[in-house]
Amino acid sequence: MQLTINGKLHEIEGVDGTTPLLWVLRDHLGLVGTKYGCGIAQCGACTVHLNGTPVRSCSLPVSAAVGQEITTIEGLAAPDGTLHALQKAWIEHDVAQCGYCQAGQIMSAAALLKQKPNPTDADIDAAMAGNLCRCGTYLRIRKAIHAAARELNQGATS
Amino acid sequence: MSQAATSIAATDAYVRDILRAAVAQAQETKLDRRTFFKVAGLAGAGLVLAFHVGEQNVAIANGTGVFAPNAFLRISPDGTILIYSKAPEIGQGIKTAFPLIIAEELDADWAHVRVEQAPINPAVYGRQSAGGSRSIPTAWDQLRKAGASARAMLVAAAAKEWNVPASECRTADSVVYHDASKRKLTYGELANKAAALPVPDEKTLRLKERKDYKLLGKRFTGVDNYAIVTGQAAFGIDHVVPNMRYAAFEKCPKAGGTVVEANLDEIKKLPGVIDAFVVPGTGKASEVRAGVAIIANSTWAAFSAKRALKVKWDETNASQDSWTRAVEQARELAKQAGAETLKEAGDYDNALANGKVIEGFYTYPFVAHAPLEPQNCTAWYHDGRIELWAPTQTPEAGLNAVANVLGLSPEKVTVHQLRVGGGFGRRLINDFMCEAAVIAKQAGVPIKLVWTREDDMQHDFFRVGGFHAFKGAVDKSGKLVAWGDHFITFTADGERPTSGGELRPDEFPAQLVPNVRVTQTKLPLKIPTGPWRAPGSCALAFAIQSFLHECAVAANRDHLEFLLEVMGEPRWLQPGNEFALNTGRAAAVIKLAAEKAGWGKPLPKGRGLGLAFHFSHAGHFAHVAEVSVDANRKLTVHKVTVAGDIGPIINLSGAENQVEGSVIDGFSTAMGLEIGIENGRIRNTNFDRYPLLRMPNAPQVEVHFIQSDFPPTGVGEPALPPVAPAICNAIYNAIGYRVRTLPLTKEGFTI
Repeated sequence: MQLTINGKLHEIEGVDGTTPLLWVLRDHLGLVGTKYGCGIAQCGACTVHLNGTPVRSCSLPVSAAVGQEITTIEGLAAPDGTLHALQKAWIEHDVAQCGYCQAGQIMSAAALLKQKPNPTDADIDAAMAGNLCRCGTYLRIRKAIHAAARELNQGATS
Repeated sequence: MSQAATSIAATDAYVRDILRAAVAQAQETKLDRRTFFKVAGLAGAGLVLAFHVGEQNVAIANGTGVFAPNAFLRISPDGTILIYSKAPEIGQGIKTAFPLIIAEELDADWAHVRVEQAPINPAVYGRQSAGGSRSIPTAWDQLRKAGASARAMLVAAAAKEWNVPASECRTADSVVYHDASKRKLTYGELANKAAALPVPDEKTLRLKERKDYKLLGKRFTGVDNYAIVTGQAAFGIDHVVPNMRYAAFEKCPKAGGTVVEANLDEIKKLPGVIDAFVVPGTGKASEVRAGVAIIANSTWAAFSAKRALKVKWDETNASQDSWTRAVEQARELAKQAGAETLKEAGDYDNALANGKVIEGFYTYPFVAHAPLEPQNCTAWYHDGRIELWAPTQTPEAGLNAVANVLGLSPEKVTVHQLRVGGGFGRRLINDFMCEAAVIAKQAGVPIKLVWTREDDMQHDFFRVGGFHAFKGAVDKSGKLVAWGDHFITFTADGERPTSGGELRPDEFPAQLVPNVRVTQTKLPLKIPTGPWRAPGSCALAFAIQSFLHECAVAANRDHLEFLLEVMGEPRWLQPGNEFALNTGRAAAVIKLAAEKAGWGKPLPKGRGLGLAFHFSHAGHFAHVAEVSVDANRKLTVHKVTVAGDIGPIINLSGAENQVEGSVIDGFSTAMGLEIGIENGRIRNTNFDRYPLLRMPNAPQVEVHFIQSDFPPTGVGEPALPPVAPAICNAIYNAIGYRVRTLPLTKEGFTI
């Protein structure tokens, strides 16, 4: 089975096609930035992009990801290590507490900004409602998304 | 911060050498009460100070007279300032707060500071835990003195170099200056020279005054944030060791059940499964519950096999607990006072007879901790030793628990502390470590045990539910003159209340009201309970602060004025005891929260402000919630305004983050969270039936701190308790409906 993850082709052996993508990423490929939280697509900690769309990797059979472009938190920064505007904003706004949910939050937010470069609070709420943060950092997440949107838009116009 | 500065678990060999040298020297150094010493014998190491933070130095306490350091500060010749911190990071921001305190007194450039997690070794470090909001207060003085000692040595080294009096030198941003001769030397340039000088007498150190702080009280982003946002391996669940296998563990859904038999042969034939075996358990939920372990070559194979398990449980001695039954019993019991008296003061009966009597019966449910990272632990048993990698709040206790369960001496147990994906009190108990240890021993290979979400929800040490039958009275002038509470809680052993289910006789406001009767009844319980963020307070504040508001309403008084009157004259009830209420600090935060929230402002119909105060964990907090409720009881919490006094603030960003999180956690829990228990089974086993608050419903949070020179306290907990009563009092002020049962969904509210 071949998977394209963060622009790199991976050959996966000995994995049943029904295995959720999450566990292939974590156990077989060592990409542990994507987290296990609930296993039933309720918490969003396992969010990755499938062709740019946010999906819950805990509930996506790996067979469905074959031939698709998968992006994980490890692949969000530019190849030269330059952080995505969201990652920078997350640091600047000191969003994280325990930090466990934040990779999933950032991946959901990244997909939102691709769709809507100038999201309103309501857009953000709608896009982020599938991601739980047990520490309650929602207010900072909202601020960081707005800040990243501003930075991306400035970059686009300058 | 550079990328290197944010590495979470990196332990460079050089640091280990320093630690070894420090430990060896510590054991040879009879220092009595002295608290700092220099680690020598490492050429070119720069200045290394070893010291002790936290509660009593165990080695001294044990009477050995040997100084046991548990923290280290190293200033390298390259200018790097490395701080080795012993406290587990659980999202409370301690890895950022500790070094900030040192850096302030050191006059260091914050960009030069790196932080590493100290290894777990209770023989060396003493108590290592994160709980009770105690990390900051127990380390405050020592961290400041460590910074000040190092600074004094660097200044002395510069003064010697320039042949000028130390008093003519000043420091800023990791540089010593002699302004008169326009000379300067960096801390890096001075490090080795300073290391040759004696450690100054503590008595000669002058600590900064709050007004002179350059770092403390400002906002700093967390030292691990780079690693977090880039998805670097960090948490317990991310850890991998060579040749590791994956384990899952199925326990009886009813607490106390044991295994009769299981379809092990079938399970062992499943794809990816390496082994399956029965674990008899130790009979203690805090160690190892009975169950069936599965060893597989991936987490998914282990989880899948777990689902195919068919276990016959012996439930003879298992829990038959029922929340429905407990509620019925409590309602019946509430008709009279409890058999046990916790506090009796003045003439309670007379005060009732002569006053206007107010009664209210309050109920709050069991809740789960539900940290987003499920319980997990990696363990490797070999050659009569065991090594564990654990996301725990109490690594030292975990080490001893594992030693006890395996029958090993503690020296044979090594624990590596990993980042914790949410604590909330759940990881004060190390059952997951004990399980991993026992399973690893039998498996004979390193294993990573991961609990499913369903395991985590069912086998928690829950926040215990409880009931309060209040009966108070106000006199003709509207003053609160009688306070009565029949507290109905639970007991596991028939004697003491179960963990988290205690009511202190001096809990507010019983210690301030002239006529008091507080009694207690305990219902039997088998399901284990434990500390949950602000244990006790997290539930008591809802009942007490709501009922106080009922008393104010009955007295036809403004709630703010009524609450301030209950506080009375500003006084510290036990001067010097930080755990005793200070009514002056309480009144100050109450007034501030009310002022900032616009207490008394005109509001449209269906909208209300609600006030609540609570003192816990040495923190005084008052909240005002602003809510709207529509005709269908759809609730919107617009904003919660918080005023808190926790002494001086270390990292303002971290402190604000904790308060924002506490408000959201408090609302989330009050709104919809409940663990249903029937016939010993937990009914809510995943997030589809445990609706944690989501972003669209998060209220605005406005945080105000009164910075004072009282000793600092941690802020992971004390901002949580006033949230639920502030919201419920606001609901009353909005629509005249009194909430006496949580969660709010039970009373027909939705969001």
